[in-house]
Amino acid sequence: MGLNIDYEHLNQELKDTLQKARPAPPSGFVMAKLDEAIGWARKYSIFQYPFVTACCGMEFMSVAVSHYDIDRFGAGMPRFTPRQADVLFVVGTINHKQAPILKRVYEQMCEPKWVIAFGACASSGGFYDNYTTVRGADKIIPVDIYIPGCPPRPEAVLDGLIMLQAQIQQEGYMNKRKALRKQGLKELHGQP
Amino acid sequence: MDTEKSLSPSAEVDILEPTETRRMRVNVGPSHPAMHGVIQIVVEVEGETIVYSDTNFGYLHRGFEKECENHTYQLCIPYTDRLNYVSPLINNEGFCLAVEKFFGVDVPERCKYIRTMLSELSRISDHQTCIGAAAMELGAFTPFLYLMKGRELIYRILEEVTGHRLTINYMRPGGLAANLPEGFFEHLRDIIPVIREVTSETDKLLTKNRIFIDRTRNVGAISKEDALSFSYSGPCLRACGVAYDVRKAFPYSAYDRVDFEVPVGSTGDTLDRYLVRMGEMEQSVRIIEQCMRQIPDGPVSVNDPRVILPPKQEVYHTIEGLVNHFKLVYEGIRPPKGEVYQMVEGGNGELGYYIVSDGTGRPYRVRVRPPCFMIVSSMDFMIKGAMMADIVPVFGSLNMIAGEMER
Amino acid sequence: MASPKTSAPVAFSSLLSVIKGHFGEVVLAHRSDFGDDTIVVQRERWLDVLRFLKDAPSLAFNYLVDLTCVDYFGQEPRFEMVVHLLAFESGKRLRVKARIPEEDATIASLVPLWRSANWLEREVYDMFGIRFAGHPDLRRILMYDEFEGYPLRKDYPLKKSQPRVPLLSPEREEEEEI
Repeated sequence: MGLNIDYEHLNQELKDTLQKARPAPPSGFVMAKLDEAIGWARKYSIFQYPFVTACCGMEFMSVAVSHYDIDRFGAGMPRFTPRQADVLFVVGTINHKQAPILKRVYEQMCEPKWVIAFGACASSGGFYDNYTTVRGADKIIPVDIYIPGCPPRPEAVLDGLIMLQAQIQQEGYMNKRKALRKQGLKELHGQP
Repeated sequence: MDTEKSLSPSAEVDILEPTETRRMRVNVGPSHPAMHGVIQIVVEVEGETIVYSDTNFGYLHRGFEKECENHTYQLCIPYTDRLNYVSPLINNEGFCLAVEKFFGVDVPERCKYIRTMLSELSRISDHQTCIGAAAMELGAFTPFLYLMKGRELIYRILEEVTGHRLTINYMRPGGLAANLPEGFFEHLRDIIPVIREVTSETDKLLTKNRIFIDRTRNVGAISKEDALSFSYSGPCLRACGVAYDVRKAFPYSAYDRVDFEVPVGSTGDTLDRYLVRMGEMEQSVRIIEQCMRQIPDGPVSVNDPRVILPPKQEVYHTIEGLVNHFKLVYEGIRPPKGEVYQMVEGGNGELGYYIVSDGTGRPYRVRVRPPCFMIVSSMDFMIKGAMMADIVPVFGSLNMIAGEMER
Repeated sequence: MASPKTSAPVAFSSLLSVIKGHFGEVVLAHRSDFGDDTIVVQRERWLDVLRFLKDAPSLAFNYLVDLTCVDYFGQEPRFEMVVHLLAFESGKRLRVKARIPEEDATIASLVPLWRSANWLEREVYDMFGIRFAGHPDLRRILMYDEFEGYPLRKDYPLKKSQPRVPLLSPEREEEEEI
């Protein structure tokens, strides 16, 4: 069950990724190659934190179990502590009573972290527009990928996951690190 | 030598004497892996024993009742899907029956049978999810996978009929959105043996499983009198030995024409609640099989211009049809002034709708009687004096559905 | 108390006369439309009437089905408590109501009769601001403690939210009607 992973294909993909890095000036050479290799490794080892509140949880269960099997995409391992998770799945409606908890969970996650808004309510509030619901999880925390649907079909969820993987691959690890470091230095020493 | 002596257990200490403990406050939830749904239980423990607990919820309050007051009756139906999202068809049915009660319309026979059949499919998926999730929280992952396999088949057949897997918006006051698709009965005939097989596989894995029984027998037991005082209904009440089932006591749709039993337990503990749910799944399959044999041909909606949209042919070619269509869509169904209460047997028990109409196209007040609200209100009572580890099986067997409980 | 419907349901007219025989003129109005029997009783006798309905052997409405409230904004008295009862042996259902004025929005608590009334009354307090005399633990239940106002009252705007954490972007355009 789910064990027939095509290792040859994965190896070939890694080789291709490494070869794609053009033989450029020595400084750029290492950077580009390392970035892509790290991105490739990261996108297939997602530890997710399912923040399941509502109806979408039923479809989340469907995605997680045998029929659709999210494990095929390397994201099968739920971690129920935010400190061990990379991707936060906001599954379902967020209301104002829930908002501080969602924020706290997000803040406890370590960088690098991504957020998927699963379903219409988490994306925009859906058709609940009233005194208690938050109009989308992105009013509380930054969101990377929005999966539409009320609730989304499992195929849509997998599509969203693949989109997130593409984003993770693209995101330069070294550049991001550099930017974070710069930001940290700025915060430490004040404005230059 | 001295240090060694002080580290070794002294001869005077009696190991049978209980060690000194102090009260500790532990927070379970609101985002906890073993709490399906968002609920917070603040527990005070002495050692492992719970001495005080306080259940907090409302993390999925979505303003269902206020939203309904601001929508026409037809537009309330999608909101009812999301009450008990594990068995949405039963919610639809309850709301439609309540609106039909205002008008006194009697839906066609075929519609009644379809409603019964689909409600029972929903009930099976509800119980499958409840048992699967409760077993998974006790560490039994395989039954969860098996039951989800069965649920997936039900979702597929519901998608064929209604167009969506979960939030179906299929029933209308006075009938249904559409007739059954072609090949529905062949498909249903194919999946019924699989549903039965999944149930028996789960039965083999859990019912005689020593670990499962040890974790559930005599855990979270509640007496008949206490259960009635807490307004229990559904499988949790039947586990206490009270054979109250809305389908039998106040039959609606086609339930008075099918033969089924009401499984009851005796002690009202977590194991009994599990056994009652297992028994009910088998009874639901029986009801579906009888409906398949009895279902007549014919229309699925009443021919009543007050509640049902006219056929498209009339809308395009006659002015009366066009006006009727426009009024129904724009102003909504307009029930007479008054109030009704209508109940159906939901996955968790008596699901009631109390609707107050002021004669306009929007309900003045919609109140849902959520069965699991009352059941979960006994949580603090049930776990008092129990062990910390008992919270998980007890809570799992109560089958709290946040969408229904907090609306 | 084995299974429901073991005895014949009491007729609505005889139910009314039983109540009248015990309390006198406590029933302010009664009707049975759409097949549901309804009585409206005096607010001051709320607990007494319900205790009688529950304990009188000829009636035995021993199961509290539901407890809620309706806000008739603009009418006097403004609120209406609604209780649905079920007599378990006979299968008879009854709706009992009482009107509550806005300026003195209190009524007796039913917790001494049914334990499920505890959370149901907390919800009515949370949503409508009705106070229940004798309730052991009257707190908000669905909304959070900082929330001001009572959302299911008709004069509370549908879309007026009260965020607990600062939002990253405004919830709606300013000119949008709430």
